[in-house]
Amino acid sequence: MSRPDGRLRPHGRLRAGRSRWGERLIGALLFGCGAVSILTTVGIVVVLLTQSLGFFTEVSPLEFLAGTRWSPDPAPRSFGILPLLNGTLLVAGGAALVALPAGLATAIYLSEYASRQTKRIVKPALEILAGIPTVVYGYFAVVFVTPILRAVFPGAGVFSAASAAVVVGIMILPMVSSLSGDALSAVPRSLREAAYGLGATRLEVSTRVVVPAGLPGIAASFILAISRAVAETMVVALAAGATPRMTLDVFESVQTMTAYVVQASLGDAPSGTIGYRALFAVGLVLFFITLALNLVSQRMAARFRESHT
Amino acid sequence: MPSDAVLETIGLGVRYGETRVIEDISLRIPERRVVAFIGPSGCGKSTLLRCFNRLNDLVPEARLTGQVLFRGRDLYGPAVDPADVRRSIGMVFQRPNPFPKSIFENIAFGLRINGFKDDIRDRVEVSLRAASLWDEVSHRLDADALGLSNGQQQRLCIARALAVEPEVLLMDEPASALDPIATGRIEDLIGSLRGDYTIVIVTNNMRQAARISDDTAFLYMGELVEYKETQRLFTNPEDRRTEDYITGRMG
Repeated sequence: MSRPDGRLRPHGRLRAGRSRWGERLIGALLFGCGAVSILTTVGIVVVLLTQSLGFFTEVSPLEFLAGTRWSPDPAPRSFGILPLLNGTLLVAGGAALVALPAGLATAIYLSEYASRQTKRIVKPALEILAGIPTVVYGYFAVVFVTPILRAVFPGAGVFSAASAAVVVGIMILPMVSSLSGDALSAVPRSLREAAYGLGATRLEVSTRVVVPAGLPGIAASFILAISRAVAETMVVALAAGATPRMTLDVFESVQTMTAYVVQASLGDAPSGTIGYRALFAVGLVLFFITLALNLVSQRMAARFRESHT
Repeated sequence: MPSDAVLETIGLGVRYGETRVIEDISLRIPERRVVAFIGPSGCGKSTLLRCFNRLNDLVPEARLTGQVLFRGRDLYGPAVDPADVRRSIGMVFQRPNPFPKSIFENIAFGLRINGFKDDIRDRVEVSLRAASLWDEVSHRLDADALGLSNGQQQRLCIARALAVEPEVLLMDEPASALDPIATGRIEDLIGSLRGDYTIVIVTNNMRQAARISDDTAFLYMGELVEYKETQRLFTNPEDRRTEDYITGRMG
């Protein structure tokens, strides 16, 4: 406030009994927005739990978790989830084999080797890869990867875990490279300078200093990516087939937990039947697996942040 | 000033993008002397120091003109591997930057990447003794280096640099992040290395420069203003700017 003499003076602003209604309203609105997603999660858990409860009155949890035959429709019925779990692990494991080494290598390249110009081109390209709809990846698997696999490995089937695994791996690669890249970039420059100052080469600095220092963050990105692979649905439904099976042969058709949920949700199982309720039991297992993986990942990321502050 | 120079710059200039940081600096660092670079913040003394071990190479927009000679050889010549340069010219940084590894591994790192084949344990001990840290850490070499105090961490960094037996030790304000007692220990340590190593130290503390160095260079706005024996520079500065700076009228 200007005074006649053009000088500034201290000015008391404390007033009693003034509450800021606008602030409260905004606060409430923002809280409401946050609450929507939390309530949705709670709703999902409640539905999964109650429907699964109905399922478990007919099928014992032991039979469900330890059974090796999944055959929901034609009698004799059997609800052993292990074949679905087998399919999921086969695809997710294969995808991890593709995505984790390649993703980490990409992250190291971008953070330690690439020039600024290269980064400017490669990073957005990877982000585009991450933005492709999964159904497109699914068709990519069916019309491109599967024929190649069948040409190289004559034993490979029309539907195979391998095809799905390769494509899911490509799909989660940008996630690994971008999150691992963040972990590498968070490693303080001073550590790189210390290593370079001792005469370390770029490779020695990357592999012996930067990667070890960023390891918790890298591990967090790995686990999150595996969680994403476990939950992936479209690609596996299209490329891996619908044959629940206990197998380690990646060239056979398998069925993952997610693919079963799709199949059953598409109307194979009428509402109220046991096959319909089995859907929720499978969903519940899937939910717990990804929840556990995400929690582990979060804890590692938090530990990583602590060690760099 | 003795004439057998270990390091020499000829018309050295550095730009970061469009910003000129140092310009046309020609100086010689004589063998087994402690040389201090002083000057106000932003005068280019750290940039100059980082030319000696090619650490500015890590800054993509840094451009260098002129020459840096190490025992008469062009440090920036086409056949020179910067990693080799840094093995002969060690560096200690402004803030202690031990690796997030054990005390032992911090020192062993440099030995391993340099292909040191003899008894690593022995060399670790010798290095820690040289940095007057051995008595404090000998019983816990496997402890995390980040658990040491700031001053101990900085002495560990000095031990780490000494372990690979460099000919020159560059120190970039090595005590500026330390309390007075830890600073005193670093200065004592530099005193004990004096005469064995060629040391180039950047400091913001003029009294420190006066205490520990044989020769002092005063830099101002990217320019080398005055460079001579420390005692003469502080008692008998020739340039007005040097006088203003050391008497506290500027800086």
